[in-house]
Amino acid sequence: MTVQHTPQHTPLGSPLARAPRRRSRLLRAEGRAAALFITPTMLLFLVFTVLPVFAAFVLSFSRYDILTPIRWVGLANYERLLSDALFWRGVRNVGVYALLYLPSMVLCALGLALALRRPKPGMVVFRTLFYLPSVTSSVAGATVWSWMLQRDYGVVNQLLAAVGLRGPAWLANSDTALYAIVFVTLWQGLGGNIIIYLAGLSGIPRELYEAAALDGASPWQQFRYLTVPLLATTTFFVTFMSLIGAFQLFDQAYVMTQGGPGYATTTAVYQIYQNGFTQLQMGYASAQAFVLALAILVVSVANLRLNRDSGLS
Amino acid sequence: MSAAGLRRRRPRPLAVLGDLLFYGGLTLVALVMALPFYWMLVTSLKPDADIFRDPVQWWPQRVTLEHYARAFTTVPFGRYFLNSFSMATLGVAANLLLGSLAGYAFARLRFPGREWLFRVKLASLLVPGIITLIPSFLILRGFPLAGGNDLFGRGGFGLLNTYWAVVLPGASGAFAVFFMRQFFRTLPDDLMDAGRVDGASEWRIFWSLYLPLCRPALATLGIFTFQAGWNLFLWPLIVFNDPNMATVQMGLQAFSFNHTTDYGPLMAASVVVSLPVLAVFVFAQRYFTSSIAFTGSK
Repeated sequence: MTVQHTPQHTPLGSPLARAPRRRSRLLRAEGRAAALFITPTMLLFLVFTVLPVFAAFVLSFSRYDILTPIRWVGLANYERLLSDALFWRGVRNVGVYALLYLPSMVLCALGLALALRRPKPGMVVFRTLFYLPSVTSSVAGATVWSWMLQRDYGVVNQLLAAVGLRGPAWLANSDTALYAIVFVTLWQGLGGNIIIYLAGLSGIPRELYEAAALDGASPWQQFRYLTVPLLATTTFFVTFMSLIGAFQLFDQAYVMTQGGPGYATTTAVYQIYQNGFTQLQMGYASAQAFVLALAILVVSVANLRLNRDSGLS
Repeated sequence: MSAAGLRRRRPRPLAVLGDLLFYGGLTLVALVMALPFYWMLVTSLKPDADIFRDPVQWWPQRVTLEHYARAFTTVPFGRYFLNSFSMATLGVAANLLLGSLAGYAFARLRFPGREWLFRVKLASLLVPGIITLIPSFLILRGFPLAGGNDLFGRGGFGLLNTYWAVVLPGASGAFAVFFMRQFFRTLPDDLMDAGRVDGASEWRIFWSLYLPLCRPALATLGIFTFQAGWNLFLWPLIVFNDPNMATVQMGLQAFSFNHTTDYGPLMAASVVVSLPVLAVFVFAQRYFTSSIAFTGSK
């Protein structure tokens, strides 16, 4: 049997290069087709992503309530923002929320993924059950949890009563409302991150563990010096996506607590929604959105930088 | 080998204890994850009197469907259902078509600026939704020659309160383009060459040769897009103020505000809202998990 060396068919491969006339005609045909194929997508991208980003920037220097013509106010919106205690309350709530949510998410998702990875029967069933909440809508999930977290007839407090504990009015209490939202969003987001961790874990070669075991590494040492570093990219992805999600927390805070009680669960996005669409202060809301987006960008870039410094791609 | 076989036959007590703890822990988590679904279903089937019974009723003593009837009569839930379903389906159709067109071009066709344009489009994944919220609303409102608007987008309501307002901004998402591009890259070149030798047009090569090979990718993307569209909340809340245009997610809101203590119909409505995506999930579990894993491990 002879081995045939066929020329490689890379997109800009060599066999076509030998016929320059034909190639240029083909290239032109491809270019025309490509232009047609990507035009709808790029047009939508232009109108609903590029243009809005610029428009948001411009709007943030104006006063606009839809009904009366737009008015330029320079930096007034930003000045007002600095002293807007309510907006900063929203930012602070989101910060506290993220500080509680991110570590819990990483610990739970990694722990459960490690458990599900063990070659034992029934793991598929558990994986399915854990992923179930991620499929349903945040609104439906939050609605059911609000009912379950009711003080008197809620099933959570009934369960606590069964073991002799007296649960508070979770959502009506400013000390517990934010914790309840952390819990419900964790319930919802866990499944997806477990699967991402499972994918990450399946990328680690088994031989590494076998070699480590031969060298006498304990299970904890294997976890600490093999699993954790090799999963750094996955952990980065999970943290990163969760953080961007946390900054934009809205649905649960809207459905479960309406931002209350007493602004305890007002989030930054909730403030922007209120200012922009119920009070029609579009310019001011744009300034707030811009500050929030900038914060997300800064955190994203810092995150990427840290990630690079830690020696990852 | 035989030692391992022996051990399996006669398990050590410590291993049994470990297994017990292991499965016990997982079952506990599973119960927490599944409890809301169970509790929503059970509440929706209980008569009003039993919903607020003090020793909590884990299993409904009497089953009634009256809450489902009331869910559909106190608010026009059928209408909401139709709205959500239409918009989610239109979103799927648009993303499958436009996403695969662009994905195909970025993966298989040569043109100047290809990599650059793709990277720019991909960067929109990083643009937080909150920044485009207000301008996109204004763009839809000022859409020329729509909803009573003149050529300059003045006078009417543009595309607000139409399905377009939800479908159009998400019609060709960055994820759809990225996902389809990745898939088209895995397909062989030979088909393209064969098509060209036979004199097929670029469109025909795409439509008749490559697209049929994408069925698994299209199914995955379709399921994902449907779920995302069905579960959308904040955006419809902003672009719809006509009660006839409300989605099921907004419909749930209408319940909890107007009937603060009416948990029976609210839970019945929650069941109805969750049902389509849960049904899709049951039939297409593999697709769900594989595409989630795909997003994470790129």
